[in-house]
Amino acid sequence: MEYEVIVGLETHAELATVTKLFCGCSTKFGSEPNTQVCPVCLGMPGVLPVMNKKAFEYALKAAIALNCKIDEFTNFDRKSYYYPDLPKNYQISQNYYNLGVDGYMDICVHDRINRVRIHNVHLEEEAGKLIHPEEAGADYSLVDFNRAGVPLLEIVSYPDMRNVDEVESYMQTLRKILLYTEVSDCKMQEGSLRFEASISLRKKGAEKLGNRVEIKNLNSMKSVLKAIEYETKRQADSLDQGETVDRETRLWDEVNEKSARMRSKEEAQDYRYFPEPDLLPVVVDGKWLDEVKVTIPELPLARKQRFIEVFKLSDYDTSLLVEEKILADFFEDCIKIVDRPKVFCNWITNDLLREVNERKLDIHHLPIRPYQLAALVEIIEKGAISSTIAREVFSEMVQTGEAPQAIIEEKKLAQISDEGLIEAVIVKVISGNPAVIEDYKKGKKNALTFLVGQVMKETKGKANPKMVNELLQRKIDA
Amino acid sequence: MRLFEYTALQIKEKIISGEIRPVDLTKQFIEQIKNIDPHVQAYLSIHEDEALKKAAQIQKKIENAENVGFLAGVPIAIKDNICTKGLHTTCASKILRNFIPPYDACVVKRLKEEDAIILGKTNLDEFAMGSSTENSGYKITRNPWNPEYVPGGSSGGSAAAVAADLSIMALGSDTGGSVRQPAALCGVVGVKPTYGRVSRFGLIAFGSSLDQIGTFTRDVKDAALLLQVIAGHDFHDSTSMPVPVPDYLREIDAGVRGLRIGIPKEYFSAGLNEDVHNALKNVLRKYEQLGANVIDISLPHTEYAVAVYYIVANAEASSNLARYDGVRYGYRASKSNGIVDMYCRTRSEGFGNEVKRRIMLGNYALSSGYYDAYYLKASRVRNLIKGDFDGAFQKVDCIICPTSPVPGFKIGERAKNPLEMYLSDIYTIPANLAGIPGISLPCGFSKEGLPIGMQILGKHFEEKKLLQIAYAFERETDFHRKKPVLKFSLTQK
Ligand SMILES: [Zn+2]
Repeated sequence: MEYEVIVGLETHAELATVTKLFCGCSTKFGSEPNTQVCPVCLGMPGVLPVMNKKAFEYALKAAIALNCKIDEFTNFDRKSYYYPDLPKNYQISQNYYNLGVDGYMDICVHDRINRVRIHNVHLEEEAGKLIHPEEAGADYSLVDFNRAGVPLLEIVSYPDMRNVDEVESYMQTLRKILLYTEVSDCKMQEGSLRFEASISLRKKGAEKLGNRVEIKNLNSMKSVLKAIEYETKRQADSLDQGETVDRETRLWDEVNEKSARMRSKEEAQDYRYFPEPDLLPVVVDGKWLDEVKVTIPELPLARKQRFIEVFKLSDYDTSLLVEEKILADFFEDCIKIVDRPKVFCNWITNDLLREVNERKLDIHHLPIRPYQLAALVEIIEKGAISSTIAREVFSEMVQTGEAPQAIIEEKKLAQISDEGLIEAVIVKVISGNPAVIEDYKKGKKNALTFLVGQVMKETKGKANPKMVNELLQRKIDA
Repeated sequence: MRLFEYTALQIKEKIISGEIRPVDLTKQFIEQIKNIDPHVQAYLSIHEDEALKKAAQIQKKIENAENVGFLAGVPIAIKDNICTKGLHTTCASKILRNFIPPYDACVVKRLKEEDAIILGKTNLDEFAMGSSTENSGYKITRNPWNPEYVPGGSSGGSAAAVAADLSIMALGSDTGGSVRQPAALCGVVGVKPTYGRVSRFGLIAFGSSLDQIGTFTRDVKDAALLLQVIAGHDFHDSTSMPVPVPDYLREIDAGVRGLRIGIPKEYFSAGLNEDVHNALKNVLRKYEQLGANVIDISLPHTEYAVAVYYIVANAEASSNLARYDGVRYGYRASKSNGIVDMYCRTRSEGFGNEVKRRIMLGNYALSSGYYDAYYLKASRVRNLIKGDFDGAFQKVDCIICPTSPVPGFKIGERAKNPLEMYLSDIYTIPANLAGIPGISLPCGFSKEGLPIGMQILGKHFEEKKLLQIAYAFERETDFHRKKPVLKFSLTQK
């Protein structure tokens, strides 16, 4: 039987604020356990939360970027469940009023634009982390509350995705939007971006959705895709055998690439939501909304389309450029100085990215600045160095951060355009390769290419290749 | 006059003038507590060393002619659900037996800044859940006017401490009447400020949308003095309002000429004790003599107040008390098998019956499928009750009614019947639901010789007017000057 897969995603992104959502503790990652805590985020008796305005604005920014409707009033709710990493045994979240609702995000799959609707975007607090001792037979666990209270954005999509390609594009696009708006650093390995998938199957052409299965513990985008593939097959097998698929929550086992039941629908937790009495409703007036709106940059998909239209760049190249906002910004800064979009696009997507990969550079702290690359391109345009030499200069620039002119002068890399000097080398090469000259005269045209190569080799690539070609031809033909 | 019997205003003057030395005064109070409190059982802990240290500091300041705070040297007792840095704060619960807060509540910080001397922490119904202080996990506080009677609750320890001269003033908390009702039963002045007037930061939460820290004093002027110190916006409490704090003592003698006093008929119906009713009649006569106009009004949704209150307060409590799980602080069951078992044992052993009852009721009201029928509906009726007051305050300047339907009840009399106990707060609960301020002050005595309290309710943030109205009555009467004759036998511990 053929089935259609229906996927929805819940995304949690830690917001990139310096302090926690309801207290002044630092959100820095990787510190010693329980060094970034205070009575408020430890849920001591008598403490009260105070909203971090920046976190709220970040959430607002994301909600706007995801085309959500923003109500004038938004409220917070308590979500109750017992877990040792949750200091108050309730999480301050949003349930009855979400910060943003009914949004959408356009994703690009196989050059086609699909629209995935966003059910809601809301703000909540992060829990702490359990540390299980490694010793065998330990009858205790430890809790690190450094993360407890870090602002967390939850983005809930509608079940609008139908295959893993769409899911992958959704995750990538969302990640890019969060990075572009600078609301989250989206470091999956630090847990600041996490996904949960809900998957159901229905017969091709059928109207009614099958029972929904939620999958948790997906630690990477790869896990999400693998889990969806696994779950699709598992559900299809059940249905093929005439069984029903239970509505349940399953945990993904990354090592064995399998999912296992965590709890059934009957065991589903009752979170006993009710409005958080310790916080006042937040009023988002038009003025505030406008102030936040202007801080949202052009988003990746729109930027990509503009690059293609205005600069006539290829779809592939623009994808690489807009992948990271910092690269696209780098590109735009360069062409403000020297108007050669295609040239800069090549430099950035080929040479710069290669250097970044080879040298494992942090893209946010590049050793080279747009004006420096622009200077290099200007030098090339003037014909002062060849493109081969230019690559060498570029590599040197990345390593030392020095200006291209300085490197060229210091290493004497300037192009040789002196006819006399080039002729002298040509004479030497001709006399050293009589057999090749013979071949050429017999009509073997590629013998000339070999000779040009020899001249370039002699001049360490610095001879002006155009001049070498002309002078060599003249010399042999003479 | 004995030292203990001065008001805070008088004491403050004598301390500043050097007539009384803070250390001597503090020593005398500690001595008094040690002698008398074994019979009253108002205190859960006495902070002798800290109090004497603070007194010595103030004394030094005075000797050096330095500036001193607004409450220089005035002894105060704090209800044990308000956090005091480095000093036990138990909520009268076994579950917090060993809890020592690492921070001061906002009000405690302000008291310390104004040079008050904190004598100790007072008894209460566990987590402020009760109207008699019988639900304390540690001891039963007695009414200084008659040891067979409860002092009221939940701030019974604070009320009894002020009534028995074991402190000059005290702080309590009022979620459904927990300051006003014990103030009435113990014959002292109790103020529940507007919700948002005093920071709740450091007050261990019971019903977060109802809780408000209040004052116990011997007279109205002292209430004004103490409120002056604790009122005002606090960054750490988002529900505290940035409304300016007026000078409460200035024009406190403004009088009541032309004042419109509302008498809600629903508060004078069947079930009101005859002595209380008569005392209130005298109160109204007095106000009329002073030039006020008494106007009959109606608060039609009053009959729903107790039901609404027990849904909202318990729902919030069930969530507020979820944190006492034995993981991070407080009591943890000594033996358990896994985390869920640890939670269950810790909470079963740590909480008393009334607390457990309310947690269960609250969780039930919030359960999926019941939320709309209980919590949501209660919230809507709460708005109707607020509406009753808004409507009334368009016609009148304040409302006067009894604080408690009875002058008091005996220890054990209502303990077996929670519902009967819940009705003790029938006249005080509506103010918490509406968030308005209220003051209870002595206005008579029952046949048995127990004090009777009257309650004045006003518009949001009109504490100043309430104090003026209360003072107008107090100035003309001497109920507040009557002292209980402590009739304790030494065997009655
Ligand atoms: Zn903190």
